Amino acid sequence: MALLSVRDLEVRFVTRRATVRAVNGVSFDLEPGETLGIVGESGCGKSVTSLAMLGILPKPAGRVTGGEVFFQDRDLLKLPDRELRKVRGRDIAMIFQDPMTSLNPILTVGRQLTETLTTHLGMDKKVAIKEAAELLDRVGIPAARKRLFDYPHQFSGGMRQRVMIAMAISCRPKVLIADEPTTALDVTIQAQILDVLATLVREEEMALILITHDLGVVAGVCARTNVMYAGRFVETAPTHELFARPRHPYTLGLLKSVPRLDAARRERLEPIAGAPPSVTLHIQGCPFAPRCVYATQESRERNPELRQIDRHDHMVACWNPVPDSDLPEHEIVTAEWETS
Amino acid sequence: MTQPDALVRVENLKVHFPIRTGLVIDRHVGDIRAVDDVSFDIYRGETLGLVGESGCGKTTVGRTLVRLYEPTDGKIVFDGTDISRLSQRQLRPLRRRMQMVFQDPYSSLNPRQSVGNIIAEPVRVHGSAAGSDVEQSVKHLLDVVGLPASAVSRYPHEFSGGQRQRIGLARSLALNPDLIIADEPVSALDVSIQAQIINLLEDLQDEFHLTFLFIAHDLAVVRHISDRIAVMYLGKIVEVAPADQLYASPLHPYTIALLSAVPIPDPSVERGRERIILTGDLPSPASPPPGCRFHTRCPFRQRERCDTEVPELRVLDGHSVACHYAEKIKAGQIRPHEVHADAV
Repeated sequence: MALLSVRDLEVRFVTRRATVRAVNGVSFDLEPGETLGIVGESGCGKSVTSLAMLGILPKPAGRVTGGEVFFQDRDLLKLPDRELRKVRGRDIAMIFQDPMTSLNPILTVGRQLTETLTTHLGMDKKVAIKEAAELLDRVGIPAARKRLFDYPHQFSGGMRQRVMIAMAISCRPKVLIADEPTTALDVTIQAQILDVLATLVREEEMALILITHDLGVVAGVCARTNVMYAGRFVETAPTHELFARPRHPYTLGLLKSVPRLDAARRERLEPIAGAPPSVTLHIQGCPFAPRCVYATQESRERNPELRQIDRHDHMVACWNPVPDSDLPEHEIVTAEWETS
Repeated sequence: MTQPDALVRVENLKVHFPIRTGLVIDRHVGDIRAVDDVSFDIYRGETLGLVGESGCGKTTVGRTLVRLYEPTDGKIVFDGTDISRLSQRQLRPLRRRMQMVFQDPYSSLNPRQSVGNIIAEPVRVHGSAAGSDVEQSVKHLLDVVGLPASAVSRYPHEFSGGQRQRIGLARSLALNPDLIIADEPVSALDVSIQAQIINLLEDLQDEFHLTFLFIAHDLAVVRHISDRIAVMYLGKIVEVAPADQLYASPLHPYTIALLSAVPIPDPSVERGRERIILTGDLPSPASPPPGCRFHTRCPFRQRERCDTEVPELRVLDGHSVACHYAEKIKAGQIRPHEVHADAV
């Protein structure tokens, strides 16, 4: 039985001028302790999916127009606010791209950390302070006890993200949703934060949903990856399988458009032609068809559902999946420093 | 071997920004040493990549080259002329030969100007062509960067990020420059669009014989597009090398750490990689550490010498590297050790 199970989730943003079709029928299961990556480009609906699951869509425009989100036998979408608040933060926690806007600038970090502990876990203040210091220590903040009395602006970007992670894991959630947690950070700091996340997931047996645009980040962190395009999952597979045998032309396109640090020669990049479709239109057929070299008459007329390909845990939504002969081959250089 | 022809020579460039306090009495209490004694060449026709993390001074270098910032000290020699002390009037004829492309295509285009005007403005300012010629060249430029001629009368908000970056490129090409300084030109774009712009930059370079200074933080992109790469850390260049060599055999410990931190989109490679995770954050450029600026985070730091003696850029195995112990690190004679940083 899956820990979290999303079925046919559909999200719309309704304004006077237009209706934005942000998420168009997303389904997935998350097992306990699983690390799931959701990749896609801006506007594909990856963030909105997670906001909708937790009932924190921007109001009043954002609304869930269909689907179910089962967590521990309850449909989160049907829970009253008060019940949902108990799940959010305690059982399912979330961290965002920009820690500065998620932290309260006029409260000390210690105050914000202990607040979660006293509200959700009913700890008394002294115990909470001790616990808070331990949490900061676990996410690798030096001199943790002293830093409890500092304000968010006294921390650097990387350290703030650590504080956010400490807050998120403070109630030992079963699911952590990390939405572009390292996008605003420099690579060396990104490596630190991903390391912290990976360690925590392992030690706490927490499930992780990592939302990102960076294929390199999912490759390093996630066991399973879902690729999202125009509000739908177009491919889902174990990460190594997805990178070795991408079957959706969009996945292949993404892989071919990123320059690789370890590519042997200066290959010309192969961008995906065109741009993603407008989010306000209802699309007949496969939304990727206009940019797709494999598109057929059928793709333009009917939108494909996810179906199994190659193996039981690899699914693709495509009428005409990428054939073996077109799969990517990379000539890789292994640098001296990587083997030493 | 003949010395390659340098279009730009930067010698001992320093750019310091004063820190001032006081409401009535303006007191100068210190300096942000954004760029501190940097020397490098940009050869004619090449792409020099300049990489480093936020706050390392790479953007300041780029802007100072076209004198958007005033250099505090040092020389900038552009095609034989030292431009670091020229007056704005003297600079003008040279400036048309160097153009900038910025990161954010949303804020670098005037929203009230039509695309045609945006691209034609440099031509009008420099008075190099008359009415109908301008119109012709704008159309040609739009075509070159892959936009339809109908874009002329439209406004920036009607275009996507990638298209706006194309408009910015068309504007930078309007005066037929020799040097283009591109400051994070693809960082704000999605990967599929990013690849389109990178390919366009490569095509433009061939077609117009351009020299590029490509400033970015994304090492994979920089490696892809550059002939040579300079790595900056806290206002100093720590290593310069041909792009392939820099990846295959980096010599400076910071370069090694930076490369190992870049995620590679391939799980089979990621699993087997040895990652050097630096502790702590970048120190403040207002009071940079003495000696080697990287010593506070360096896993190879050797007591005394690294803490006190500033390493100069020196040539080693075809790289230029600023590290006292580069040979020993390469030979494996110094092993990395734990660093306990008092991080911010």
